[in-house]
Parts: sequence; C-alpha cells; structure tokens
Amino acid sequence: MIRFFEFTGKKFISIVEEFGKVMLLFLSAFLWMFRKPFRFRVIIKQMEFVGADSVSVILITGAFTGMVLALQTYYGFRMFGGESLVGATVTLSMTREIGPVFTALMVTGRAGSAMAAEIGTMRVTEQIDALYTMSVSPIQYLIMPRILAAALMLPILTIISDFIGIVGGYLVGVEFMKINSGIFMSKIIEFVDLADIFNGLIKSACFGLILSLIGCYKGFYTKGGAAGVGKATTQSVVYSSITILISDYFLTAAMF
Amino acid sequence: MIKLVKVCKSFNGQKVLDNLDLEIEAQKITVIIGQSGGGKSVLLKHIIGLIKPDSGQIFVDGTDIVKLNDRMLNEVRKKFSMLFQDAALFDSMTVGENVAFPLKEHTRLSKKEIEEIVEAKLLQVGLTNVTHKMPSELSGGMRKRVGLARAIVLNPQIILFDEPTTGLDPLMSDAIDQLILKTQYDTRSTCVIISHDIASAFKIAHNIAMLYHGKIIQSGTPAELRSSNISIIKKFIEGTSA
Ligand SMILES: Nc1ncnc2c1ncn2[C@@H]1O[C@H](COP(=O)(O)OP(=O)(O)OP(=O)(O)O)[C@@H](O)[C@H]1O
Ligand SMILES: [Mg+2]
Repeated sequence: MIRFFEFTGKKFISIVEEFGKVMLLFLSAFLWMFRKPFRFRVIIKQMEFVGADSVSVILITGAFTGMVLALQTYYGFRMFGGESLVGATVTLSMTREIGPVFTALMVTGRAGSAMAAEIGTMRVTEQIDALYTMSVSPIQYLIMPRILAAALMLPILTIISDFIGIVGGYLVGVEFMKINSGIFMSKIIEFVDLADIFNGLIKSACFGLILSLIGCYKGFYTKGGAAGVGKATTQSVVYSSITILISDYFLTAAMF
Repeated sequence: MIKLVKVCKSFNGQKVLDNLDLEIEAQKITVIIGQSGGGKSVLLKHIIGLIKPDSGQIFVDGTDIVKLNDRMLNEVRKKFSMLFQDAALFDSMTVGENVAFPLKEHTRLSKKEIEEIVEAKLLQVGLTNVTHKMPSELSGGMRKRVGLARAIVLNPQIILFDEPTTGLDPLMSDAIDQLILKTQYDTRSTCVIISHDIASAFKIAHNIAMLYHGKIIQSGTPAELRSSNISIIKKFIEGTSA
C-alpha cells in the first residue's frame, strides 16, 4: 500500500516537473519571438509544412467525417421525424467539436511527430549543439517557428475541415437521403451562430500550440541515439493526443 | 586567453574531469592529447559552454562563462567556432548551405559574395562539386572537411577542432594540418585542437597538453613534452611515433 502511494506520488511529481519544463520552453520560445533576427523565412517554411502540406489529409478526413455524421444523424433523427435538423446538427458538431479535434489529431500524427523526430535527431547528432556554437538559439531557430506556425495554421486547417465536412454532410443528406435542400440550409442558418465557429477556431489554435509544444519538447530533450528518437516521437503523439482531448473538455466547458 | 580552474565533471557518478586546470594561450595553437574516452571532447565542450561543469571556473578573455545565462553565453560564443568530432552538419541543408550558414547568420554579405566564399572554403579543404549535395551523400572524411570549412568560414577569434584529421588519408591529413596552420597564421586566432595523431600534433602545435585521468598532467611546448619524464607521456609519444 505504501509502495503504491510512493509510486503514484513519484509519478505525480515527475508529471508536474515535466509540465513545468514544457511551460519554461514555451515561455522562452515566446520571448525569442520578439528578439532579432525575426526568422520570417523559417516561420513561412514551417507554416507550409504544418499547413499547406496537411490540406489533402484534412480534406479527406473532413469530408468523410461530415458524411458519416450526416448518415448517423439521419438514421437517428428519422425515428422521430427530425430529418430536417441533419444539416444543423452536422454543422454544429463539425464546427464546435469534430473539426477542431480531428484536425488537431491528424496534424499531431503528421506534423507533431515529425517535429519530435526531426529535432530529436538534431539533438542526438549534435546539430543542436552546433547551432549553439554558432550563436544561433535553437529555441528561436527551431522551436519558436514551429509553435507559431502550428498555432496559426491549425485554425485555417480547421476552417477547411469544417467547410468540407459540411459539404460532405450536404452530399449525404441532400443528394443521397433526399432531404430538401432549402430546409437543410435554412436550419443551418437558424441554429448555427458565428460564435460556434469562432470558439471552435480558438480551440484549434490552442490544440496547435499543444501539439507543437509537446512535439518540440520531446524532440529537444531526446536522449540516447536512434532508439531515443523513436521513443520521443511515439511519446509526443501519445501525450499530444491525450492533452488535446483533455483540454478540449475544459476549453469547451469554459467557452460554451 | 582561455583558462580553466579546478573544473570537475561527472556523468552518472563517473568522473570525467577531475579538478582540471589548464591555460590556453591566445593566438597560439594548443593541441590536447589523451586516451580515447578520456574526456577530450567533454573538455572542449566545456570551453564553449555546451556543457556546464559540476564545479570550477572557465574564463574566456577574463569572463567566467560558467556563470553566464543563455543569452550572455550566446554573445560570448560569437568569438568561437567549433568543429565537432562527428562534424554535426545540418542534415536538412545542402553542403553549400551548411558552410554558408554562419555567414548568413552573422554577416550582411550578399548572396553572391557568400557563394564565392563558400566555394573558396570548400576548395581549401579539398572538396569540389559537392556544394549541392546533401551531407548524407558524403563519406565520413568528406563530412569532416565540410565541418572544417564551416568552422573556419567566419574567421573567428577562437576555433575549437575535435579531431580534424581523424579518418582522413595521410596526404589529406597533411593538407588539413597545413590549412589549419595557414588559417591560424592569417587570422591570428586561438586554436584548440584535439588530436590522436602525435606526429601531426608535434608538427603544428605551439603548445601541447596531455589529458590523463581527468587532469592535465603536463602542458608545454612540444620540446618540453618530448623531454618529459612522466612515464605515461613518454609511452604515449613513443607508442605512436614508433
Ligand atoms: N553526454 C554524456 N553523457 C554521459 N556520459 C558522457 C557524455 N559525454 C561523454 N560522456 C562520457 O565521458 C567520457 C569521455 O568522453 P569523451 O567523448 O570526452 O572522450 P574523448 O576523449 O573525446 O574520446 P575519443 O578520443 O574517443 O573521442 C566517456 O566515458 C563518455 O562515456
Ligand atoms: Mg572525442
């Protein structure tokens, strides 16, 4: 029993300690953002990597999520004659919840893991030390651009995902299930506020921050060669996903 | 001038540097010799502040760099450049971009001027037609030489070389020794070189320091070391020149 408390106690302390280190990294990345040189080029490159290169993945996942949502709500709502609400339901789910969360999870798998792997490899092959010796802050050169790019690009990707998801829902609802197109659209306009979309985008910016910060953190403190890089990459995906889902609850509770 | 005072460093209970004292003369070439795994690379990384000692002081031109925070250290490091034992090239950049990196970061030269300097430096280390290759396409010895080109491209005040000639053929080794000598002569920089090659060490060094069991057991001119009566130094010198 004492062992158990000792174990959980230690675990708890190490989590708190790690959280502190992540926050310190964030703070120093934030401060380096305002120091010269401003690294526009690296930032643009990262925005391209996190944003532009993720679009195709987001289009596919977003479209099918919207389609399956429409299908499920249609089957459910038909039981009490609520087919007309399918469009509004799909739109609300997409913009408030599924768009931001799925986009964040997809980008975690695609870009967050790559951040951990790339920075981790640079750590174990002394490239990060080399940056230090050249008086270039790796925080400013490697980490700040990634965090900034992810926080900026995630909302944009989320808008794309929201939009294509609604299009997918329309396709299934109106084209396949023969819901009247005018009703489908008018219910969306009736029930969906701009605030729904906007709050979803704020959430997605937070998720972008989380996934890039954890990816960079895991990479930056990688130890132990190729095996260490592998471990850092896996952990970054697992921790980011968990943190995104947990923070999603609290952000939602705070906002809606 | 660089001065290390009572520097101690352990990794997981294993003492690597043990109350180490060392003075490195400015504008001279100092070669550090010692056993493999003896802590030479660790020592070099202390001088540029990549590793903090457990205790002790490290003075670079009178400033104790152990006490500095990251940003101040960043300033001090502008005096330095370093060749890593495994070159540590940026693997996401081409060879040319690697060598150009310090120039892009710390000078206002035009693209064309940078290109010219990069080509010239690569030529100096005996490399042609590699500018657009990725580091992963090069041999170990070639990577080392790219690292060397990157280290000398800015003419810094202090240059640290971690085994610049290891893994090169004898002719290339000799050429690199000559290049280091010439660079040092032209720019009057302070050079600290780690070497396993005793013959070349005696050729290029103004001073030689021997690291043994975490301490500098002797440091002095090549002549002084040659006439040393410390048995391990005798063995070390004979063992390799025989
Ligand atoms: N980051 C580190 N973590 C733990 N131990 C380390 C670390 N760096 C070096 N060591 C240990 O310190 C000792 C000295 O290593 P170092 O690389 O300085 O040797 P060296 O003299 O440069 O050897 P070589 O001539 O083979 O390059 C080794 O035993 C090594 O295991
Ligand atoms: Mg070494």
